Amino acid sequence: MERILNVSSSPHVKADHTTTSIMRDVVIALMPALFAGVFFFGIRVLFVTLISVISCVLFEWIWQKSFKKTVTIVDLSAVVTGILLAFNLPSSIPFYMVIIGAFVAIILVKQIFGGIGQNFINPALAARAFLLAAYSTALTDFSLPVKWGSSVDAVSSATPLALIKQGNLEQLPSLMDAFIGNIPGSLGEVSALAILLGAAYLFYKKIIKWHIPLFYIATIFILTTLLNGFDINASFYGLFAGGIMLGAFFMATDYTTSPMTEKGQILFAIGAGVITSVIRLYGGYPEGVSYSILIMNLAVPLIDRYVKTKPFGGGKKA
Amino acid sequence: MRGLTFKRGIHPNYNKEATSSKIIETLMPKGEVVFPMSQHLGGSCTPIVKKGDRVLVGQKVGDSAAFVSAPIHSSVSGTVKAIEERRIFRGTKDLCVVIENDFTYEDAPYMSENAISSYTDLTKEQLIQIVKDAGLVGMGGAGFPTHVKLAVPPDKEINTIIINGAECEPYLTSDHRVMIEETDRVIEGMEILLRVFKKAEAVICVEDNKKDAYEMLTQGVKEKERLKTALVHTKYPQGSEKHLIYAVTGKEVPIGKLPIDIGCAVFNIDSVIAVWRAVTKGRPIMRRIVTVAGGGVDNPCNIKVRLGTSYRELLEYAKWDSARTVKIISGGPMMGTAISDIDVPVVKGTSAILCFTEKEMGRDQISNCIRCGKCVDVCPMQLVPNTLQASALNHKYEEFLSYDGMSCIECGCCSYICPAKRQLVQSIRTAKTAIRSRK
Repeated sequence: MERILNVSSSPHVKADHTTTSIMRDVVIALMPALFAGVFFFGIRVLFVTLISVISCVLFEWIWQKSFKKTVTIVDLSAVVTGILLAFNLPSSIPFYMVIIGAFVAIILVKQIFGGIGQNFINPALAARAFLLAAYSTALTDFSLPVKWGSSVDAVSSATPLALIKQGNLEQLPSLMDAFIGNIPGSLGEVSALAILLGAAYLFYKKIIKWHIPLFYIATIFILTTLLNGFDINASFYGLFAGGIMLGAFFMATDYTTSPMTEKGQILFAIGAGVITSVIRLYGGYPEGVSYSILIMNLAVPLIDRYVKTKPFGGGKKA
Repeated sequence: MRGLTFKRGIHPNYNKEATSSKIIETLMPKGEVVFPMSQHLGGSCTPIVKKGDRVLVGQKVGDSAAFVSAPIHSSVSGTVKAIEERRIFRGTKDLCVVIENDFTYEDAPYMSENAISSYTDLTKEQLIQIVKDAGLVGMGGAGFPTHVKLAVPPDKEINTIIINGAECEPYLTSDHRVMIEETDRVIEGMEILLRVFKKAEAVICVEDNKKDAYEMLTQGVKEKERLKTALVHTKYPQGSEKHLIYAVTGKEVPIGKLPIDIGCAVFNIDSVIAVWRAVTKGRPIMRRIVTVAGGGVDNPCNIKVRLGTSYRELLEYAKWDSARTVKIISGGPMMGTAISDIDVPVVKGTSAILCFTEKEMGRDQISNCIRCGKCVDVCPMQLVPNTLQASALNHKYEEFLSYDGMSCIECGCCSYICPAKRQLVQSIRTAKTAIRSRK
């Protein structure tokens, strides 16, 4: 008796990548920024990140176990959320706040709406927004980068963007310091260099496309240049000093909360860029990256509904 | 040099090395031969022989009065053993003429009588009749009767004849071998078509992973008028009719229209040879070149077989290992059909038989869509497959139609690329069938 053959509908071959492999690549791409954070702010950065990752994975596991759902923690998406959440926080944040943030990200934003792929806003950014509203002092208490080998404790200070907001331009760190990350700020977003390294890996692996980062960064650059009186230097400074790099390459490109079509992605990126610039230049907060992305996340279903692709053969003559 | 191409599409592992340099071997049928009565799009044929009749090689055994249809011929001489329902590769049953081979291969006399040695005066009507009588259908798998493509309405004209030598499906190498081994016949077949379509230009398109075939053909058409070759980029689904036309002419076939509406006609390599054989030898379509490959066979090969031969004989020739094989595909891995029974006959559209091992088949867990947009990035029809799937799964057919779901060509790029391993094209295909049956 010959064995029974498997029968299924075509296609019979599939690409090698999986959701897990994509998430693994994102985790790898986030490593340079993590190392930069540890380098500039000390070992506490690692603890904050670890606590964030562990609590995200744990919350996901608890939710899925208690509602008898398939446990999907091995897809590593909770790990990515955990790292991104930590990257948005100052290194001095109390650990319990990190756990609360993880709860908001995984339970309130992700699992309640149906788990991976179903959340309508970026979990890490939503958690950061929640923490900023709940513990605004702790969330804006940025420590100055420590010099390795120095015995001095980290000293709190204002971020470059806060200094710009206050008009206190004399104390600004240099553009080079802002680029490599030797400035006060959230623990994972200070080093533009490290983030660009990670982003290069994502491009190489074809995990993200250029549309969102390019249009987001370009919009901010052009708008701020136009509105600050053509001070190109200041515009560059703004790109490296805050969360724009992390936002452009790792937050706005989040698959679930960005549009499906290229045209939609461009619209989304320009929208986020405009909101970021407006908050930075005219808003009460020094930084607008996370809110701009969250607001545009809400517009994604609308964009996907109205920005359609033109089917092949549906254009010129039909 | 990068070949001409279309937008989007995928780059699967082609796995053609096992058979791409193997010379076509001939396999004669050992047992009975079986001819299903519908091997093409359009009206099914009715058997025109009775049980007990003696038939000759090339004799018509099934015919239909419908214009969009193609007659079926016996590929052996022998006696009609039965006319009954038999299983075909799709898994369904079809009315079949079963012939007991007498192994004398006695030709029906009409074939040599009909052979035209000089086709200089061939008219369009004559060619259409010859092609129709020869039972020619598109050999790529869909099985669209060839004479229908030739019967150009009076208000339209063919400007470009495209010969499809893309062979973009992984594993398949039969067209590649034919282009190398029967270069002259391909070129002569094209000249026959050009003789009839006096204003047309013919282009043979070959993917750039078959440079050897491309160079031989280019050499062959050097001195010929209105005949040229084009190198196309190796990408799936390059061999799709609409996408090949786009690659060559830069024109899109409008949705709901046919290639002829923009002055194009596309023929498969094997169809061109069949035209040549029908015109110059008077012989109808009776044989087929099949690639037998995959991890489950020890002797992957390209074999020339008589139509009606059982898949089992081909598999045995290729030394298949039934213990290792977990899935058998009739056709290519992207659009072929998985078969449940290997005692089914080779038909006009059988391009390959692939034996997949557990490793090649892959069993992936389906998970949530993460909206990565990769399906959108690869869809050669520029649709949004994951939205279409959502409409299909929820039976929201109006929404499905509003997203142009019916123009899906079912190439399978979306299911191939999906990291969550979702069955996108499968859902879309089901919805299309449901919508069609509703009308």
